[in-house]
Amino acid sequence: MPEAAARPPSRLTLSAWAGQVLLYGLFALAIGVFSQWPPYHHLGADEALIKISFTHSGKPVGDCVPLSPAELARLPPNMRAPTKCPRERSPVTVQVDIDGVNVLTRSAPPSGLSKDGASSVYHRLVVPAREQRLSVRLSDDVRARDAAFQKEAIVSLTPGQVLVIDFDAEKRAITLQ
Amino acid sequence: MRSAAALRQLGLTGWRAAERRFDTAFGSRLNPLRHLGALGFLAFWLLAASGVVLYALFDTSVAGAYRSINDLADLPLGRLLRGMHRYAADTLVVVMGLHLLREWLVGHERGFRRFSWLTGVPLVGFVFVSAIGGFWLNWDQLGQYSAIATAEWLDALPLLAAPLARNFLAVDAVNDRLISLFVFVHVGVPLLLLFGLWFHIQRVTRAAVMPPRSLALGLTAVLAALALTWPVTSHAPAELGSVPRLLRLDWFLLFLHPLTDATSAGFVWALVGGGALVLFALPFLPQPARAPVAVVDAANCNGCRHCFADCPYAAVTMVPHPNQRIGRTLAQVNADLCAGCGICAGACPSSTPFRSAAELVTGIDLPQLTVGDLRRRLQQALAASRAERPLVVFGCDHGARCATLLGADVSAFSLLCTGQLPPSFVEYALRDGAAGVLVATCREGGCEFRLGERWTDERLQGRREPHLRAGVATERLERVFAGPGDEPVLKAALARLRQRVQPLAPDGHGRFHHA
Repeated sequence: MPEAAARPPSRLTLSAWAGQVLLYGLFALAIGVFSQWPPYHHLGADEALIKISFTHSGKPVGDCVPLSPAELARLPPNMRAPTKCPRERSPVTVQVDIDGVNVLTRSAPPSGLSKDGASSVYHRLVVPAREQRLSVRLSDDVRARDAAFQKEAIVSLTPGQVLVIDFDAEKRAITLQ
Repeated sequence: MRSAAALRQLGLTGWRAAERRFDTAFGSRLNPLRHLGALGFLAFWLLAASGVVLYALFDTSVAGAYRSINDLADLPLGRLLRGMHRYAADTLVVVMGLHLLREWLVGHERGFRRFSWLTGVPLVGFVFVSAIGGFWLNWDQLGQYSAIATAEWLDALPLLAAPLARNFLAVDAVNDRLISLFVFVHVGVPLLLLFGLWFHIQRVTRAAVMPPRSLALGLTAVLAALALTWPVTSHAPAELGSVPRLLRLDWFLLFLHPLTDATSAGFVWALVGGGALVLFALPFLPQPARAPVAVVDAANCNGCRHCFADCPYAAVTMVPHPNQRIGRTLAQVNADLCAGCGICAGACPSSTPFRSAAELVTGIDLPQLTVGDLRRRLQQALAASRAERPLVVFGCDHGARCATLLGADVSAFSLLCTGQLPPSFVEYALRDGAAGVLVATCREGGCEFRLGERWTDERLQGRREPHLRAGVATERLERVFAGPGDEPVLKAALARLRQRVQPLAPDGHGRFHHA
């Protein structure tokens, strides 16, 4: 059987070798280049980042109601608490103003199937890197009109800086870090 | 649907053109475009090998993680390891994407291949999760950016009570346990990937988990050279109080992050989810009816196991023969796995056309084109031929169209796959009046049914059973590798054969001898 006619030549020609070198080279070039180029600018040269993030449990949505002696008697002895409190918590609302302009109003519902968990907010704001007058208000009670927590500050942001607005549960205060 | 089919056809035309160009440089057998799955495996093995060494050198503390990786830049072996690890990951993503594209273009998402397709789609996710998790381990600015971007992206789904991204708000929030979690992701998910790969190739016999040696060496050498000449280096150490201003992003692996920045997390989730949904749905879209599957004839099956050995999709198993003779087995076809390619019929010793039975029934056969039909059509064609030196062509439905060769002296038979051809048919045709026989298979490595061209070649060369008998005049046989679109190659092969049989003279009994 004439092998040469049936099968491509096992010895590659010079142009085939050159083709291989070219294709391997192009592949290496593509891998090498696009594994680090073009450079990516995540943030502008004169921008900074503010992260508003907290996990905070709102107040219960209603007041505790005292149970009458008759109602208590109907309960098993081990469940006779003198008051009945709603499980559901208030959504937590945060408002952020920069230089007097509102840039964020976010209401976070309580987590959990019974809406009795903490509310969480995570939001990024890209702002110019300069001095900013910040005003943060946080409400955690649907029954209250005014914000429960407030923080006003003048911050000087440098390019690329990350400012985190958080809520410190121990100090019961809004923090900037 | 029509536009999708047109798009697929257009893409397939372009793909085959690219394959032919690569053939000229690598040869058909070593064409990387025909070994994409195996190249993906090679990239995985390179990742695993370099990863094991890197892990041994890795310090899993926050303070030490960056230093332990960054110090590798001081050693050539360290640069090689780190570069190989990164560039092999890039290679894996590239060949995986091309593999997915090719399989869709040739319609391999449907029919009996549905299992392989469906088990392959989740692997795309595993690859990206593994790869992206690797950047976090280094805990440089790029790792910081990727970890936070991933956390923010995951937080877009209402799955967790507290945002994951809160873990990266302050320096003291990142501790050694978080690095251990990163290690868990970067080691655990690749193990899942390996497990998934095992599923992916379950229904494929002789799965290629390593490309041909020269191709494997070539790619490994290229990646090693790239690692040494263009070393992978770290960014500055992570600093959670600031945003890295400029990142040398690996666009193969991390493109989802800037895409999220440019659009939104919801958009990218819709894109990823929608893409996955489309990939999973493709095998269930309306498609052509499946080819009839192979049928076993117990009376003609002697349990030789040739079909069992040759089936490319493990559709044939051997079971005890119903005649209850001890040790005698019978082939059994699993219809879900059968491709209907006919390679089993070509492997069956009972398929020889020299059998004296008026109706040729073989041990395992394809209802749409039985071996008996083929013999009858061959007999009729040779009997009807008025040519002085009749030529017979056996070709493949999926290769170069042998119908284009029709001429006064040519009888062409297009088979389901050339692997369906029992080699004894060549001798039979030569004895029955053909001056020469041309056997055309797809290009090497380009068989629609994976192994048809290889088995045919080995059978005709006497290296695989059933083989072509040694006494057959080889100058009257021409073999050619001609894939779809290779009709000119086929014509050239026929011209060569015609020229070779020219000196032969008929003896009046349908036999040809040298004049």
